[in-house]
Amino acid sequence: MSIDKDTVKHISKLAKISLDEKKVDSLSKDLTSIMRFIENLNKLNTDKIEPLTSIINASLKSRKDEVVDGKIRDEILKNSPEKNEEFFVVPKVIE
Amino acid sequence: MSIISKLSLTEIINGIKNKKFSSEEITKEFIENSKKSKKLNAYITECFDEAIKSAKDFDKKKDYKGLLSGVPIAVKDLFCTKNIKTTAGSKILHNFVPTYESTVTNNLWSQGAFLLGKLNCDEFAMGSSNETSFFGNVINPFGEKLVPGGSSGGSASALAAGLTPATIGTDTGGSIRQPASFTGTVGLKPTYGRCSRWGIVAFASSLDQAGPMTNNVEDCALVLQAMSGYDPKDSTSADKKVDNYISNLTEKVKGLKIGIPKEYRVENMPNEIDNLWKKGIDYLKDAGAIIKNISLPHTMYALSTYYIVAPAEASSNLARYDGVKYGHRAKGKNLIEMYENTRSEGFGDEVKRRILIGTYVLSSGYYDAYYLKAQKVRQMIKNDFDKSFNDVDAILTPSTPSSAFKIGDKSKDPVSMYLNDIFTVPVNLSGLPAISVPAGYDKNKLPLGLQIIGKPFDEQTILNLSLAIEKRANFKKNLEVWWN
Repeated sequence: MSIDKDTVKHISKLAKISLDEKKVDSLSKDLTSIMRFIENLNKLNTDKIEPLTSIINASLKSRKDEVVDGKIRDEILKNSPEKNEEFFVVPKVIE
Repeated sequence: MSIISKLSLTEIINGIKNKKFSSEEITKEFIENSKKSKKLNAYITECFDEAIKSAKDFDKKKDYKGLLSGVPIAVKDLFCTKNIKTTAGSKILHNFVPTYESTVTNNLWSQGAFLLGKLNCDEFAMGSSNETSFFGNVINPFGEKLVPGGSSGGSASALAAGLTPATIGTDTGGSIRQPASFTGTVGLKPTYGRCSRWGIVAFASSLDQAGPMTNNVEDCALVLQAMSGYDPKDSTSADKKVDNYISNLTEKVKGLKIGIPKEYRVENMPNEIDNLWKKGIDYLKDAGAIIKNISLPHTMYALSTYYIVAPAEASSNLARYDGVKYGHRAKGKNLIEMYENTRSEGFGDEVKRRILIGTYVLSSGYYDAYYLKAQKVRQMIKNDFDKSFNDVDAILTPSTPSSAFKIGDKSKDPVSMYLNDIFTVPVNLSGLPAISVPAGYDKNKLPLGLQIIGKPFDEQTILNLSLAIEKRANFKKNLEVWWN
């Protein structure tokens, strides 16, 4: 299995990471070698195996649906690269 | 290096209790050592002034009830610390100041310890050499050109060089045990669920666990005791009683059955590693344990499985870094371009590779062939362990296929770097506890570790077996200080 440049461009779009041509080229090589390394799994017959869904045997606990924190808007906004009063600011979305 | 910082954590705590020295005195020593050791690049953020203040407060209050009373501890910069910058070794979080404290660090502080600083690590804990950190690589005190291992490389280096009396790291595929092995220290990855993951920057949520890194096994039991426990904020943490690891710690392991898996005798493994493994077997035989040959037939598929599951989870976990709510933001003509540029500028090469691999194996048309397949093989690997544990109490293997390697040796070929984790990865895939304990040196006088893998929630047995090895291996960390 090789990951060609078009595939790299497609998945980088999905992953929202912009790449220049040089990077696309080197990533195509790296990802191809990683996918080749992974390929030995195909030798294994897994027809009768159920996929692992959780590493812990216990089922998850249920808890009361109550608010236990909050009122920390200003603290949370402190880390925002751009804010306006109580809002996060992003580039304009609607024309 | 002064006398105090050569003491073990346990000795330091007892020394404070018995008024041999004050918390302030020992804190100042570790700060002094840290300041002189910039060459190692072990710290990302120093909290020295705050640490001295905490030490002074402690000396006034003289409250010795906690397990870690009066001790400064530097931690991996993957644990969120309230009002202290937390970067995960990444540019994308270079300015992130959490408004909350991770449960595990909070547990340490509740036991009387306080923060000394935040330690360097591979970016988002993705790496085995600490070379992927945005803040530069860390140097191993065992050699100026050597990596300390990774991803908890700053933790391992700081501990081995006497900059902190103990530390904590995280282990997703070997990130505690491999650097411990490379630096002659003890590192334990607890059972999945033993420690809370709340407030730890997430890499691969079904594999990540926090654990102690210490100078000896007794200290390891102590820190594990302090950090473990159920946390309602992490639904995958286990609501199980935490054993008293310290009072139950014993080197009496007579009659315990130890499995030796033949599949861990890998191709091209240096003789020295094989010899160390044989020595480990002899030590445990000498302690009265019974050695049994076992088979873990799907071991050869563990790395491939890991490099599907871990990137898949990472690509999903790291989707949150978009330049809106925190962290680095790049310019862009519109929202999508801002996202794309932010992530392109903010993430390093290894993180990009893993996000892209993860996105690929989860993408439409490939999900069944890769991700679902890997989850099936993961079940088979776990079944191998489950079956073996019907016959044995623990499993002994080498920790790593080599000693510490040179900076730059493996960073150009991602796959050769991945092979480093061949003995540690199966443990994470199966959610088991495992420890690396220093057991000897190779011909270049570099430390080598042995790994003991235990049954789920049986950290006590692997600690006891490590103690039996520690007493017999008589490993001495003969480090000349060259890095001041």
